[in-house]
Amino acid sequence: MRTAFVEALVEVARTDPRVWLLTGDLGFSVLEPFAERFPERYVNVGVAEQNMVGIASGLAMAGKVVFTYSIANFATLRCLEQIRNDACYHDLPVKVVAVGAGLTYGSLGYTHHGLEDIPIMRALPRLAVIAPGDPVEAALAVRELVRWPGPAYLRLGKAGEPVVHRDGLAELPASKLILVREGRGPAILATGSMLPTAVDAANQLAGLGVDTAVYSVPWLKPFDAAAVATLARKHSLIHTLEEGQRSGGLGGLVAETPGGASAPRARLVRGGLDDLCLHEVVSQKAGREANGLGVEAIVEALRKGS
Amino acid sequence: MIPNSSVPASNPSAVARSIRKSLLRMVHHANASHVGGGLSIADVLAHLYGGVLRVDPSRPNDPERDRLILSKGHTAAALYATLAERGFFPSEWLDHYGEEHSPLTGHTNHLVPGVDASTGALGHGLSLGCGIALAMQRDRRPARAFVVLSDGELDEGSTWEAALFAGHHQLEGLIAIVDYNQIQSFGNVCEILDLEPLADKWRAFRWQVVEIDGHDHDQIAGALARLPAKAGSPTVILARTVKGKGVSFMEGELLWHYRSPDGAQLERALRELDDSP
Repeated sequence: MRTAFVEALVEVARTDPRVWLLTGDLGFSVLEPFAERFPERYVNVGVAEQNMVGIASGLAMAGKVVFTYSIANFATLRCLEQIRNDACYHDLPVKVVAVGAGLTYGSLGYTHHGLEDIPIMRALPRLAVIAPGDPVEAALAVRELVRWPGPAYLRLGKAGEPVVHRDGLAELPASKLILVREGRGPAILATGSMLPTAVDAANQLAGLGVDTAVYSVPWLKPFDAAAVATLARKHSLIHTLEEGQRSGGLGGLVAETPGGASAPRARLVRGGLDDLCLHEVVSQKAGREANGLGVEAIVEALRKGS
Repeated sequence: MIPNSSVPASNPSAVARSIRKSLLRMVHHANASHVGGGLSIADVLAHLYGGVLRVDPSRPNDPERDRLILSKGHTAAALYATLAERGFFPSEWLDHYGEEHSPLTGHTNHLVPGVDASTGALGHGLSLGCGIALAMQRDRRPARAFVVLSDGELDEGSTWEAALFAGHHQLEGLIAIVDYNQIQSFGNVCEILDLEPLADKWRAFRWQVVEIDGHDHDQIAGALARLPAKAGSPTVILARTVKGKGVSFMEGELLWHYRSPDGAQLERALRELDDSP
């Protein structure tokens, strides 16, 4: 996704001279294509995330569309007040990009686990929140973010995630869920890099006779609550999947969706990582599996529940 | 480019007096705080909007204007009084400072004509100024970014992140002005978290330092007339000021960081200002 991101950014920057990229001294061997091509619109600000977002906001006040780039918590939590006051309150086109979402950097320890960003970013006014499910969505998200007039947050994994949308996607319209696989039984709603896992689980479930739909949910804000309400009437069970805090995350969003007290409504299972403080080396795969986000656990939950 | 327009037929001393009087009336009316830091920066603001800043009140959003970020956003009332004085909006707006639904909030509000950034959380303004100055530098445009800082907000690490950045990138279009009135929220700066040697700190960050008496009109005008103070460097003007300046019973008094003058105190303060040279 990192690679798709930077390639898409280079592409939009070719035709849009407003586009800038700032990094907090991260992205070695990732950001060079942009830096070499547009040195006048690229700055490594050093390891100073608060300053990075302030500078991005100042640049945006002077007419630029500015992407900031760092690892999960550094891009978001370290400079939360700058995102809130400088970017969001002034409604500026500052696009915060975080790589290493969830347990991407699981083995690096707790400081590098990006778990609370979706609930926290979601709570900020005017800030669009996008977590693409594969490199195709990541590239489209960059184009959407340049079009999006205000501030935004883009949550990325790492490099080398599998492509889910093998036939490509035309666009990533704001708030819209993307149907990845039809199904008349339960439905999986996956955000970010849980999408390939969701597809794997649905394929296995098909072999067990459980016809499972899969939706990718790249847009967490704005969020298409009406579409989710429709799905809740159509499917017996909805399983949300996210590599991060589900309270306030995708799981929270779906739970908040008003369905009407009398409306028939799907049972909701929320997969995620709540209040997780890992104290040892944990790979992304093992961390997911230990917390109900492995393919097996998802298959089991859906097989039993439907 | 916007012409270097000055306020006609007013001298900075008279403008500053007018700003102070408006400010005192506003905080009295709104029962608001932070009058001391407003009085300490009034002279500098009078000069900035009295001809230094390339701004045009009829086009407050002109992309080629100089920007002023009042990073010490708690003294918004002094900025509002200055902007009204300069004609960015009618002076009558000041009468409603702090009232329900007034756009004149207790900390700066960028939706007020002439206010370039909303501030109030300390330590944000210098980074914004870096961004503006960087855009102008790379685009080879002449607009400058002025950032007015309090001494208290030099405690914020983010201020020094920005200082380090500006020096490295030689942002000569960035001018910081420190309202060094030596009193922060709980008391004297030198006792709470001493900033000295302050000029040396800025120099070590590769800024050109100009030290002035922030109430001496010749010194203020002199410092603001020669910018950047050194080609290829950001400039910081360390303006030694007196909190509460111009009102005898407020000068140097911590309490006037919080207190609002009552009717009698307001009358006395206005009289003192009218009687001052």
